[in-house]
Amino acid sequence: MTLEILAVDDSRTMRDMIRLALLPAGFNVHTADDGVHGIEVLEGIEPDAIITDINMPRMDGFGFIDAVRGQDKHRATPILVLTTEAAPELKARARTAGATGWIVKPFDPTKLIKALQMVAG
Amino acid sequence: MTDSNDPMAEIRASFFIECEELLEALQDGLQALDEGATDSETINVVFRAVHSIKGGAGAFGLEALVRFAHRFETALDEVRAGRMSPDGNALKLFFQCADHLSDLVRVSRDAGPLPEDETGKLLAQLDTLLGDEGGSAGEEEAEEDIDFQPATLSFDLDLGGDEDTDLPPLDIEPIGEESKSKFLIKFKPESELFETGNEPFHMLRTLDSMGECIFTCHTENLPALDELSPESSYLYWTVELIADVEIAEITSAFEFVEGLCVLEITQDADVSQTSETDAEVLSDTPVDSLSDSLDIEPETPDPAPQQVVETEAEEKKPAPEAAAPLAEKDVKTAQKAAPPAAPAKSVVRVDLDRIERLVNLVGELVINQAMLSQSLESSGLSPHSDAMNGLEEFQRLTRDIQDSVMMIRAQPVKSLFQRMSRIVREASAAVGKDVRLITDGEGTEVDKTVIERLADPLTHMIRNAVDHGLESSEDRIAAGKPAQGRVNLTAAHRSGRVVIEVSDDGGGINRPKVLQIATDKGLIAPDANLSETEIDNLLFLPGFSTATVVSDLSGRGVGMDVVRTAIQALGGRITISSTPGSGTTFSISLPLTLAVLDGMVVQVADETLVLPLNVVIETLTLSKNDVEMVRPGAHVVRVRSGFVPLFDLGKELGYRAPIEDYEGSVVLLIAHEDEGRAAIIIDSIQDQRQVVIKGLDDSFYRAPGIAAATILGDGQIALILDTSDIISNAIGSPGAPQSQNLAGLSA
Repeated sequence: MTLEILAVDDSRTMRDMIRLALLPAGFNVHTADDGVHGIEVLEGIEPDAIITDINMPRMDGFGFIDAVRGQDKHRATPILVLTTEAAPELKARARTAGATGWIVKPFDPTKLIKALQMVAG
Repeated sequence: MTDSNDPMAEIRASFFIECEELLEALQDGLQALDEGATDSETINVVFRAVHSIKGGAGAFGLEALVRFAHRFETALDEVRAGRMSPDGNALKLFFQCADHLSDLVRVSRDAGPLPEDETGKLLAQLDTLLGDEGGSAGEEEAEEDIDFQPATLSFDLDLGGDEDTDLPPLDIEPIGEESKSKFLIKFKPESELFETGNEPFHMLRTLDSMGECIFTCHTENLPALDELSPESSYLYWTVELIADVEIAEITSAFEFVEGLCVLEITQDADVSQTSETDAEVLSDTPVDSLSDSLDIEPETPDPAPQQVVETEAEEKKPAPEAAAPLAEKDVKTAQKAAPPAAPAKSVVRVDLDRIERLVNLVGELVINQAMLSQSLESSGLSPHSDAMNGLEEFQRLTRDIQDSVMMIRAQPVKSLFQRMSRIVREASAAVGKDVRLITDGEGTEVDKTVIERLADPLTHMIRNAVDHGLESSEDRIAAGKPAQGRVNLTAAHRSGRVVIEVSDDGGGINRPKVLQIATDKGLIAPDANLSETEIDNLLFLPGFSTATVVSDLSGRGVGMDVVRTAIQALGGRITISSTPGSGTTFSISLPLTLAVLDGMVVQVADETLVLPLNVVIETLTLSKNDVEMVRPGAHVVRVRSGFVPLFDLGKELGYRAPIEDYEGSVVLLIAHEDEGRAAIIIDSIQDQRQVVIKGLDDSFYRAPGIAAATILGDGQIALILDTSDIISNAIGSPGAPQSQNLAGLSA
């Protein structure tokens, strides 16, 4: 089954890395540059999972998760947060915002895929 | 970009490009802060730039970069959190850090030696800053972990938490077991688990993928249908797993739902050998564990003493109560402060080689079109025929395409200007002057190659302006000027060229001193009578330097002559104007592109040659009285008030023996080395047109006086001349009419 992923990150490098990690594994990857763009992209697709950065211009990751969770059809869409830390407070913070899980940057492709499979199959 | 087969290398390359953009944003942000901006978005932009560089650097294992960016980021976060105000000193340090970060980026990219000393110095300064102004948070950190502090994904969390450099992975310390073990797992999701978008099925499936599983779903807590709340969790599972895995691996399957479920994992003895039992319980609600584990125990063959270990109790409570409202507020302000109408320009990155190819192809198209015109014209078609009309349209389109393609290579000079602001900071610090750089026209677009090759000359000019142009603060105050010196750097498009100006509000060129030095160094005759402009232009002579003591700043063996040569190599001109007491302005005028040249097509000894049109001042036809012989083989031509050295291009290029009789010869008056001029004899002028510059392959011997080649409309190849080079060679050769220095100055 092809999983459809939306990756939101303001860093092109990160978006490229995510794409590079997921494409060979058969994922279908959409990307957005920030929270606002993410919401726009989300209009046209029904991703099986969303990956989002936290620090972004216009709308940050927390705002984005909030907005996604606010949409009825995405109440249960898995959302992974990309964090540079594994600090417990950050995980808690992400979770409070409604994130399903987290990926610690820098991530390796196997871990990213595993994390996606853990939340989305 | 480099190797299309290695996507990682490509991303790495693109990361460094992104870094440049981020560094630019960082500079802009710091600049804005320096100018008094206090809005949170500006600070956020600065913070994010450093944060993103760190993030990417981590992905490529660029340790030094990560380390420095991290600490820099920590300091910026103090500002962002409002715990530190970016006042003069802090900002100065931030500028230095930004400069250093950009050094580190480049060093990392080119795998050069790390500037450890500088890094250490700045890190120490950042520490001091954090210690001084970071308040309690800073001290706390200093005690806990000097090396690495949390890089603030949050707006609200206290900074007291510690953090490891190597970002702890998912796994918990494994227990040494090799062969297959039997695990008993109880998994009871709480309602909150579903609210975060987690799905028990995926976790159970992950277990299934580890080995042999027997799942049991317990439904005894399910209420009657009319009491059932669809948002509540009633089910739980027990799993018997036989697999060659560590407990940690099983735990990791439930990593995201820690604290959102009851999870107990019991490890039975090895399936093969039942000597020892090792058990581990991972639970956030240990109260439940005893009663619940009883459900499982009957299935355990050997209920040997179990060890109950509680791991990772840190997730018990959600985020601190107080944190949430604060964070929300912060998020809102951040969103509000974001500029509403600044949609990011959509940009495509293209390999430069492809553009080069396109430029070349368009060049061919232009040539081809010219050939077609020529052949149609000679075929005697009526100028009003459809073919000729169509051709006209074709010509217009070709020109438009050419212009558009050139625009692809164009880039704003902003990045260049930003580098210069760094040069000003460093230079002013080195000579102890207070200098402010004011830039204008940063959006002006110039060919990428031009920008790259302008960096060195411009750096030198800026250093000169700071070092020699501006007076010391005391002298400035004495002269009734503000103590802070000013250097202006501007760019603008002017009649198809780009004009870049570097000006200072210093004392202006000290002409008597310049004259004195030039005389002392034997660059000019002691009795030479020079105009002000000529004196100013002495600065461009090789071997000239006004600094009595060679300062370590601008006295690096690079003089203004090198600057001028570099500018000329770009098809540009440089001029000086100076007013005593109020400053000096250097003005560089450059062509918009290096790919196309406005040329004059001339004929010399049956050869067709092209000269850059910008060097041709005027054309003359010689009459008998115009030419004077200085000595045998050396002639000058009278042009209105002065004499100009005369050269026969045919002879200089070795096409023919020198002509005897100059009468009736066509002469081009050529601008040479700024104010200097020279007259060169050609046979005839053919045309004046744009030509596409075709570089000569390196395998060609570099012929003096030849800059490049082009293909004309009739398919003929014509060499493009470097007149400066030709004239310099001719002057240098025996029998030349004038000494080099006077030629450079002749009027």
